[in-house]
Amino acid sequence: MLDTLRHVPTPEGIELSLRLAGPVPRAYAFVVDLAIRFGILLALVQVLAFAGRTGFGLIAIVYFLLEWFYPVIFELAWSGATPGKRAFNLMVVNDNGTPVTIGASVTRNLLRAVDFLPAFWAFGLISMLFSRDFKRLGDLAAGTVVVYRDKVRNRGALPDVPPRAPAYPLSLAERRAVLNFAERHALLTEERADEVAAHAGPLVDKSPAPARVILGIANFHNR
Amino acid sequence: MSQKTFEKGHGSAWQDFDQRLKQLRRKGEEREEAALDWPRRYRQMTHDLALSQSRAYSPELVDRLNLLALRGHQRFYGSRGNLLASVVEFIGGGFPALVRRESLVIWIAAALLFIPMIGLIALLQHFPEFVHYLLSPDQLREFEAMYSPANRALGPRHTADSQTMMFGYYIWNNVRIDFQCFATGLFFGLGSIFFLLFNGIQLGAVSGYLTQQGYIQTFWGFVAGHSSWELLGATISGAAGLKLGWALIAPGQLTRLAALKESAKVSVRLLYGAAGMTTCAAFVEAYWSSIGATPFALKVGLGLTFWALFLCYFMFAGRGRDAH
Repeated sequence: MLDTLRHVPTPEGIELSLRLAGPVPRAYAFVVDLAIRFGILLALVQVLAFAGRTGFGLIAIVYFLLEWFYPVIFELAWSGATPGKRAFNLMVVNDNGTPVTIGASVTRNLLRAVDFLPAFWAFGLISMLFSRDFKRLGDLAAGTVVVYRDKVRNRGALPDVPPRAPAYPLSLAERRAVLNFAERHALLTEERADEVAAHAGPLVDKSPAPARVILGIANFHNR
Repeated sequence: MSQKTFEKGHGSAWQDFDQRLKQLRRKGEEREEAALDWPRRYRQMTHDLALSQSRAYSPELVDRLNLLALRGHQRFYGSRGNLLASVVEFIGGGFPALVRRESLVIWIAAALLFIPMIGLIALLQHFPEFVHYLLSPDQLREFEAMYSPANRALGPRHTADSQTMMFGYYIWNNVRIDFQCFATGLFFGLGSIFFLLFNGIQLGAVSGYLTQQGYIQTFWGFVAGHSSWELLGATISGAAGLKLGWALIAPGQLTRLAALKESAKVSVRLLYGAAGMTTCAAFVEAYWSSIGATPFALKVGLGLTFWALFLCYFMFAGRGRDAH
């Protein structure tokens, strides 16, 4: 199944889920970071231009640090995100869901040089599209993934429909599907909701208002 | 148990957990963790998440608990080392011990860099015209101008403020080459091999040519001081790249991906050392090698002393910890 959730088993015997970020938001984040870096450099050039050759030396050092260590510093000191990643709600974590370590951060950011090759991040993009977890080459070697920094989304109460027992006992996965439908119901038009709910087959049993049936079942389970 | 009862029973504990997570993030002390009864609370949180998943509570609740447990997990299993202490430990013994453990790739990288270099220096003494296969006339004129004994200052031209300029330039250029040499090792080691050979040939051509021209005092005096730092740094960064590539060529019992991850952990530590050495080389090159007034014997003497010290360092430092 095509799925952007990555499940991480932990020593406590539970499975945490991480939502993986694909190439597009990551490219946006990269552009924002690029602009920030360029801005810093530009500001510095204005100031240090008066310091003559010493200034040139300092600019070279700052340029070097910005080029290679800007992401490393932010990923380690600012909970796994550069300003660009933060703007798009992304963060870097280790494969096992823990905060990215120094070695992993340095590895993934130095290998950016390879992801860039042969031109314009072609290898990185190809690698992202072909690896299961949207990993560029640096992520593969470092064992890191870029995920969404989730916020608690309040989806509101379930629609007020009288509870109704399902025609037969539902499995765990089916109950989850029913509840997912109920929580997202508000985003759909009535016609579309009925259309989607009709796929539940025997559960709605050709009812004229299948969405209401499913919502009733959701309320039955969620009492 | 219905979801509402479950939420009523545990809701305050979840809020409490959230609060403590925020406090811990600010303080981050292990003592604090014990005081807050943190491990037990974290365990309870994971338990609640597991229950909510297996009882098919609403996705909203499951997501909320997943997020809390995830933040707890990151806090609980995140690294909590002392950076300064580990840097001191690395320089004091970890790095040379690592170099000894990885001596095979390091010897291979050294061969790729030093054999063409020394070979060319020797060759150019007997066949000086061979240099024209390797360097353009413009490059030759440039190097001749830099190291001509007619110049009082050595190397690229020097005044006090240009030293900092050159320091910045050397860091930007030389450490970057180390990084490229490492990173391109990901292509089955080919990039690292290319950079090592290329640098070996370039260095050999320039040194061989200038030696043959008789610029011994100016050229060798200039490079002596930082030669050990720079050449060893280049060798080790190349070795780090070769190690990455070798994991893909011969992954052994692991999958290629797992082998790559394992050797990347080692390689990146080699690279820390290499980058540190190259940065020091930039410092020595900019602030010591460039001083024109120092006697030739002192410059070469110091250069050879550095080589001897590095030999001792890589052979003996951190011996005690090898056993672990």
